[in-house]
Amino acid sequence: MGKIREINVSELVPPIREACGTMAVQYSCDILEAMRRGREAEENERARSVLDLLLENAGIAERERIPICQDTGMIIAFARIGQDVHFSGGSFTEAVCEGVRQGYREYYLRASVVDDPLYDRINTRDNTPAVIHTEITEGDGVEITLMAKGFGSENKSAVAMLTPADGEQGIVDFVVDTVRKAGPNACPPLIIGVGIGGTFESCALLSKKALLRSLNESNPDARYAALEDRLLQEVNATGIGPQGLRGKTTALKVQIEQMPTHIAGMPCAVNICCHVCRHAKVVL
Amino acid sequence: MRKLKLPLSPEERRSLRAGEGVLLSGRIYTARDAAHKRLHEMLERGEPLPFDLQDACIYYVGPTPAKEGQAIGSAGPTTSSRMDPYTPELIENGMQAMIGKGRRSDAVKQAIVSRGAVYFVTVGGAGALLSRCIQKRRMIAFEDLLAEAVTELTVEDFPCYVGIDTFGNDIYDL
Ligand code: SF4
Repeated sequence: MGKIREINVSELVPPIREACGTMAVQYSCDILEAMRRGREAEENERARSVLDLLLENAGIAERERIPICQDTGMIIAFARIGQDVHFSGGSFTEAVCEGVRQGYREYYLRASVVDDPLYDRINTRDNTPAVIHTEITEGDGVEITLMAKGFGSENKSAVAMLTPADGEQGIVDFVVDTVRKAGPNACPPLIIGVGIGGTFESCALLSKKALLRSLNESNPDARYAALEDRLLQEVNATGIGPQGLRGKTTALKVQIEQMPTHIAGMPCAVNICCHVCRHAKVVL
Repeated sequence: MRKLKLPLSPEERRSLRAGEGVLLSGRIYTARDAAHKRLHEMLERGEPLPFDLQDACIYYVGPTPAKEGQAIGSAGPTTSSRMDPYTPELIENGMQAMIGKGRRSDAVKQAIVSRGAVYFVTVGGAGALLSRCIQKRRMIAFEDLLAEAVTELTVEDFPCYVGIDTFGNDIYDL
């Protein structure tokens, strides 16, 4: 048996606070590069001007520490926690939320969370609670990947309970249809997370995790990597373009994650993300 | 890009064509989901609104908080279609222009055409850049709604495209 590693939950707060502040104002390099490549490939003049504006915006945001987008998102925390870790000094969940609370206050980010989804809808004023997914791993490491997800794009995401006979074409049709329905509302250029397999809820989670991968990496399975390329081509062939104002840069990348599933099923989830795909990793 | 001063005259509005780039200057009001619901309820009860809708331009935005010395934080558009259920009523009551992103319903389009109003779209996810075109911000109503409060903005050369013109042409269908 490994030795138990004791971690005081208060150690979580500062790195989560800082990650919230940084994610809001700074694109990751892979996204910026993909936007620049998209800009060079565009022939449509309006599409070019939109991408130019977004790139100019990126520079202003980073230099002046103004959020890239005013929807600074709801925080999703993917925590991978080693089974030899013991958290002390309070609640893990509360510590994650405290990091978010401090980050959103200190860095002037928008409080975008309401307490009750249907009836009260009162703003909690500090962007908490965060959505927290935990996974138990071997060893004594703690790794929390944070994502600040905007809802213009989240609202356009979808799950389909496809069946085995639907095959690859079924996946392609569903992804392209979801992107068409998203249209301009999800603020293209998009990054598209696709989860295939598992169950109703786990494929949705996979599709979100797919958004965390660097845009410079493809799915390690060559068949899925080829499907990622095909999907990107088909999505861009819709001509929706940046901001839905026509052009070929509807999406920057399609990322697939897959997992085993039931003999009768092929669940597929599409998590749409705008170009402001903010994520950061905290390691303890 | 063509420079325009708000409010727009009926002739100016009629001269606009979907797809054309414009730079707007003047006064605009911010309102999004929760504020629209309240404005609708006030109109229903026959109460006066907290600002004059006549010739008003409403921007669908919920900015980030301003830091010391800034007029406003990041301030890009939110999805307009969520405001569609309330929009024809506001146009009937005098609103002449809207700024947001994304498609509008047929009912909104019809109201735009019948009243000669105009819908502008701007770039989603460019809130830092757009905030620089906003010189002043003043609280008008519903402060409890935080980012969703109604405020008055003074903007200069705020970049937009004509989304739906007075003839009902739609930038997303060009
Ligand atoms: S979808 Fe993305 S870019 Fe558009 S408003 Fe939301 S967070 Fe911003």
